[in-house]
Amino acid sequence: MSYNAFITEETIEGDGSGPLAGRTVAIKDNISTANVRTTCGSNTLAEYVPPYDATVVERLFEAGATIVGKTNMDEFGMGTTTETSAFGPTENPAADGRVPGGSSGGSAAAVAAGEADLALGSDTGGSVRCPAAFCGVVGLKPTYGLVSRYGLVAYANSLEQIGPLAPTVGGAAELLDVIAGLDPNDATTRAPPEGAETDYAAAADGDVGGLTIGVPTELTEGADDGVRTAFEESITELERQGATIEDVSLPSVETAVQAYYVIAMSEASSNLARFDGVRYGTKGDSDGNWNESFAAAREAGFGEEVKRRVLLGTYALSAGYHDKYYKRAQDARAWVKQDFDETFDQVDVVASPTMPVPPFELGESLDDPLQMYLADANTVPVNLANLPAISVPAGETDEGPVGIQFVGPAFGEATIIRAGSALE
Amino acid sequence: MTVDDEEVRHVASLARIDLEETEIERFAEQFDEILEYFEALDDVPEIETETDLTNVMRPDEVRDGLTQEEALRNAPETEDGYFKGPNVS
Repeated sequence: MSYNAFITEETIEGDGSGPLAGRTVAIKDNISTANVRTTCGSNTLAEYVPPYDATVVERLFEAGATIVGKTNMDEFGMGTTTETSAFGPTENPAADGRVPGGSSGGSAAAVAAGEADLALGSDTGGSVRCPAAFCGVVGLKPTYGLVSRYGLVAYANSLEQIGPLAPTVGGAAELLDVIAGLDPNDATTRAPPEGAETDYAAAADGDVGGLTIGVPTELTEGADDGVRTAFEESITELERQGATIEDVSLPSVETAVQAYYVIAMSEASSNLARFDGVRYGTKGDSDGNWNESFAAAREAGFGEEVKRRVLLGTYALSAGYHDKYYKRAQDARAWVKQDFDETFDQVDVVASPTMPVPPFELGESLDDPLQMYLADANTVPVNLANLPAISVPAGETDEGPVGIQFVGPAFGEATIIRAGSALE
Repeated sequence: MTVDDEEVRHVASLARIDLEETEIERFAEQFDEILEYFEALDDVPEIETETDLTNVMRPDEVRDGLTQEEALRNAPETEDGYFKGPNVS
């Protein structure tokens, strides 16, 4: 059975040595692969062939991995279901008739279906963790700056990171070990602070004795009943294994979705200006002047969700509205960061359901964009605060898999990997 | 707040995206709902932040970049080794 997990299936053999020798890896189609087309799930890049490899792809080859293809995704990463792809929706291998989540839905589906051992996705507001949760696999969003974004086609630079997906926490950690590290081609990469635990695979030891886990009411109360039950059972299991559970409060997350969308859309409106049908991107059907031709190229190349976000971002940055939306959103972002900083004085990790809902039915959410944005409530605060987070399978509802999310302090990947591995 | 068709047309022209009439109507309705939701940002407290930023420097050394051929490979139209664009006015 084909789940339409791949946009391009092409095998590039690794050289057979290194930590990922003999392992197959699927790459999200917004990560550049030299001489293999990279579409971002968009018509405008349907024929785009990058002249160079992303840094993470170079690191995979150096580690001996074999790449098996480029995975389906919401167009430019804009979506929570993988249905905004110009190459058709991906089906969820773990939940018949339902979406795999998004935007890295093809990467999660490829791993869930066994079509790749491991996969890379990108996470701007939950795009690795959401599909991991919906497909019953593991997905990790690294601390901002841990993994190079060189060669990742930008949607919202200040928020996004490339992250691993795998069937197990240990697998995701091994892939993170390979892709993490400073890159002279990405000046936003940072070294973890002195003394930070950076052997991620070794951290997947399941030892949560003495770990303090904070559970914020704001991120659990609104969840669907079946999701809450599965989440609470996982928390009980962690407590049984020796973790201490504490209630914590993160009042700032109430405006996190608004802040996230204002910032992401604003950055997108600037980033996507490069697709002009001249340097790259499909050319529109216009013989007019530069502006007319540009506008026609973008009408032809972009799908509806991309247009919606570029237009709203343009609106939020336009004269008279910049202070009202963009500046306020930056305050809301700083507030979220401050809230998490204070919480990590009390607890080691913060846990919540990854998604407040089970996987949507295919087609269910396409007509109501705001409803879809609200589903990102538990994942976007992490990107706003530049923190690491992992989604790990936490059982099932009748409608499909449930994921539990562990958020750690900056460069605390080892701690969230340890917490997640205790549930396997 | 009410977003009308004219406002959507204005933003679309700023963003250089042509829209169909049906898209304009649909977007006006959706933008109204989404922007109303964004109103909650008015209640966010002002936060004092001390951003911990470090300059990242590197030596300014000559190194290989893309060849002209590689750089032009994805352009819909080229002429004499240049990108070919539409008339400026």
